Amino acid sequence: MAGLAAAVRIGEAGIPVDLFSLVPVKRSHSVCAQGGINACNDVARQQGYSEYEHFDETIYGGDYLADQHPVLEMANWAPRIIDLLDRMGVPFNRTAEGFRDLRLFGGSLFKRTHFAGATTGQQLIYALDEQVRRYEVEGKVAKYEFWEFLGPVLDDGRCVGIVAQDLRTMQVRSFPADAVVIATGGCGLVYGKSTNSIMCTGAAAARCFKAGVWYANPEMIQVHPTAIPGADKLRLMSESARGEGGRVWVPRKKGDPRAPREIPDPDRYYFLEEKYPKYGNIVPRDIATREIFDICVNQGLGIHGENSVYLDLTHKEPEYLTKKLGGILEIYEKFVGVDPRHEPMKIFPAVHYSMGGLWTQYTKGRYNPAQALEKHRSGSAPPIGSEVGLGMAPGEINNMQTNIQGLYAFGEVNFAYHGANRLGANALLSCIFDGLFCGVSVSNYLRDGAPAKKPAESVSKTPFDAAAKAEEVRFKAFLDGASKGEPDAKTNPYIIHKELGQEMTAACTVVKSAPRLQQCRAKLAELRERFRSVRAADAATWTNQSLSYTRAVGDMLLVADAICLGGLERRESRGAHYRTDFPDRDDANFMKTTLTKYDAASERLSIEFVPIDGSLVKPTARTYGKVEKKDEDSKAPPKPAMARV
Amino acid sequence: MTTTAPSPKGFSPVRAAPKPGRTVLFRIKRCEGPGKPSRWETFAVPIERGANVISCLQAIAANPVTIEGKKSTPVVWDAGCLEEVCGACTMVINGKVRQSCSCLIDAYAPSEGDTVTLEPMAKFPVIRDLWVDRSRLFDALKRVRAWVPIDGTYYLGQGPREKPRSQETRYKLSECMSCGCCLDACPQFVLEPDAAKWSTSFIGAHAISQARLFNMHETGKVLTGERLDSLMGHGGISDCGNAQNCVKVCPKSIPLTESIAAIGRAVTIHSFARYFRD
Repeated sequence: MAGLAAAVRIGEAGIPVDLFSLVPVKRSHSVCAQGGINACNDVARQQGYSEYEHFDETIYGGDYLADQHPVLEMANWAPRIIDLLDRMGVPFNRTAEGFRDLRLFGGSLFKRTHFAGATTGQQLIYALDEQVRRYEVEGKVAKYEFWEFLGPVLDDGRCVGIVAQDLRTMQVRSFPADAVVIATGGCGLVYGKSTNSIMCTGAAAARCFKAGVWYANPEMIQVHPTAIPGADKLRLMSESARGEGGRVWVPRKKGDPRAPREIPDPDRYYFLEEKYPKYGNIVPRDIATREIFDICVNQGLGIHGENSVYLDLTHKEPEYLTKKLGGILEIYEKFVGVDPRHEPMKIFPAVHYSMGGLWTQYTKGRYNPAQALEKHRSGSAPPIGSEVGLGMAPGEINNMQTNIQGLYAFGEVNFAYHGANRLGANALLSCIFDGLFCGVSVSNYLRDGAPAKKPAESVSKTPFDAAAKAEEVRFKAFLDGASKGEPDAKTNPYIIHKELGQEMTAACTVVKSAPRLQQCRAKLAELRERFRSVRAADAATWTNQSLSYTRAVGDMLLVADAICLGGLERRESRGAHYRTDFPDRDDANFMKTTLTKYDAASERLSIEFVPIDGSLVKPTARTYGKVEKKDEDSKAPPKPAMARV
Repeated sequence: MTTTAPSPKGFSPVRAAPKPGRTVLFRIKRCEGPGKPSRWETFAVPIERGANVISCLQAIAANPVTIEGKKSTPVVWDAGCLEEVCGACTMVINGKVRQSCSCLIDAYAPSEGDTVTLEPMAKFPVIRDLWVDRSRLFDALKRVRAWVPIDGTYYLGQGPREKPRSQETRYKLSECMSCGCCLDACPQFVLEPDAAKWSTSFIGAHAISQARLFNMHETGKVLTGERLDSLMGHGGISDCGNAQNCVKVCPKSIPLTESIAAIGRAVTIHSFARYFRD
């Protein structure tokens, strides 16, 4: 999504764009986003809401880890972005009068979420895909689909192009470019199974990281409490199921073999209701996630000894459920083959989003109060308006540029907006905002920056040839490994990946501790060692998917190490990062960005903590006070029973 | 849905659990690349709980040994979201074109030793194994100018207001994920590897439906004439044989035949208007 928005914006400026993607861009992971996209709107504004409050919610939701200026600019742009998408033809849900309809979403007291049925992400990316197709016809954008990014080409510390491989012919070649935008999303596959699409390996980010780009806040990984465990992936189950009275339980007896309906009430352990009599099943997301995890992983009480608990709606009338929750229940039925109206659903938390990512810069805008303000009181008058340029300075060439000149990172792959925890319906916003707002920065870099003096085309061929050559050598080495014969369990990339996923899920998700993280690092070292003699399962020189996968496994091992090390070094709890040995937030030492660097010579990671810019709003405890229960979806009215077709 | 009525996929919501740990055979049509002969290989896969075709192909990749004990290679196939919203993992399963992610093994092969047959889509050139080249499908979207020609991305205020009914219709049409099921099932849509011939070959139901989608939009409308022009000639709407297979196989239940009828009427009116104008 971020990449398409950037392509449209940069293409519009008359700059030729080459778009590289592992998949046809229309099939990108953004299609999975369901809920919506946040923006202040006319109705909410009259009720007291403002762009500033959206900014404040995002900072608070992110537990004061995000640099504040970029978040302010994003919130201020949100209404403009909705209007643009509307003009592009996104079928946003409508009111009787034909205005855009709104829904309530996590972290806000106001209706500020725009949506298109139950597939908002799909609809948004389609609108951008259509504009890109139009530009393709007009010759402004050239697509390279089924091409894999292998790394940036650097010359004199500046990014002058990329090396990529055609996944059909397996041809490796370099492409000169005056600027490169990385918009490759998250890294859920590092955890084996997650809610992410199959290509979300984080490999592209890892390849930039290896080339010297810094990686920030890797440990900030969002885990959603209720997902449907599947043999291939984990699919989201909306929290509105709990909001509608769903009860979470496990059999009291470890490994109870009985079917759920044969287990009488006294033999059921409604652990959320017992532990939190006040809130019961609608405790906030992070608590629900931690408790479910604890029940299964630490206490071994999961259903049939596996990692799942029941989410039970069977005490409700089927007709009522269909009316209130039809759309989401159909997803369960489609992928599990069981009707949740009659049989309890099996759910488990799942890795969902990476708040961390490639480190990026920005230039502050005009709003710089003498001292940071207190937390915004919901519904009160905002201290400032929403003019462009208050948060970030528009068009400055360093906006969302990494530490390598000419190399930009947009969307989930950067670390800029969501701090330690992302609010629902802010992801689509940050992607499109990056593309539109920072796309101009890219255009300006071409006009005013290094490429103006020395275009990439005029750089000597040496770095391009060398980069392509190095990747060809790596490719050949994998091929040679594949032809050496059958892999054993130790050198099988699929098994290495499986073990990686299991280890990361156990150590680096919901509950972390120093001993477990150290154990995880040791395991990662073992996996890296085994990967040195990895055997790809296919020696073909045509459309060798297995090889591309194997290469990505190597990259995932690196991302995993950064996630683990960041988790170890951040000796506090903040947002999605929870340490049992340091359960409190520690602003004095850790209201700082985790900056991870890779040293190519020693192949080692190093970490430092650099202060964030929190000059706009003072931090307060992120308790959601007594409205905690109202946090996230549990406050939202039940989702309408949307026809999911 | 009631407790007893079987769902469209052929399993009832409440039923005896298929035997866990059973082995299912996957008979897979393999091909090393364009112009290469195809062959069949069969793999025995132990079925884990909740298995679908994707997880079984992943299991084969980790241990690609056929039932004859012959070492083979991981099967090549296209996949993405695994939630039936991206359209990537379309293939022909037991003779029917569909997404492999939503194809649950418990429903397709509930018993020990059952066979699931996987073939690539028939109407697109095979790249390798189950992966086909669907660029023609996306090319068709260019032919019908499937976009809203906005003035640019600078701020120009809101889009047009729209009645809920119109939005509901457009949303439905806009759920098309370009999977290609409607094309694979269409008798009029035939395999055509030569890109030069695409512009005169049948464009397919998906693109006709997209033309309708954009003709409905207040701004998208301005290209109606061009869209209808592109659907008037060879390979346009008159090539549709009304077999109605498209609507039956559409995983998103998009009313493709309604779209074809609507565009058919629009083309007729458009051609009359053009006849009298010229």
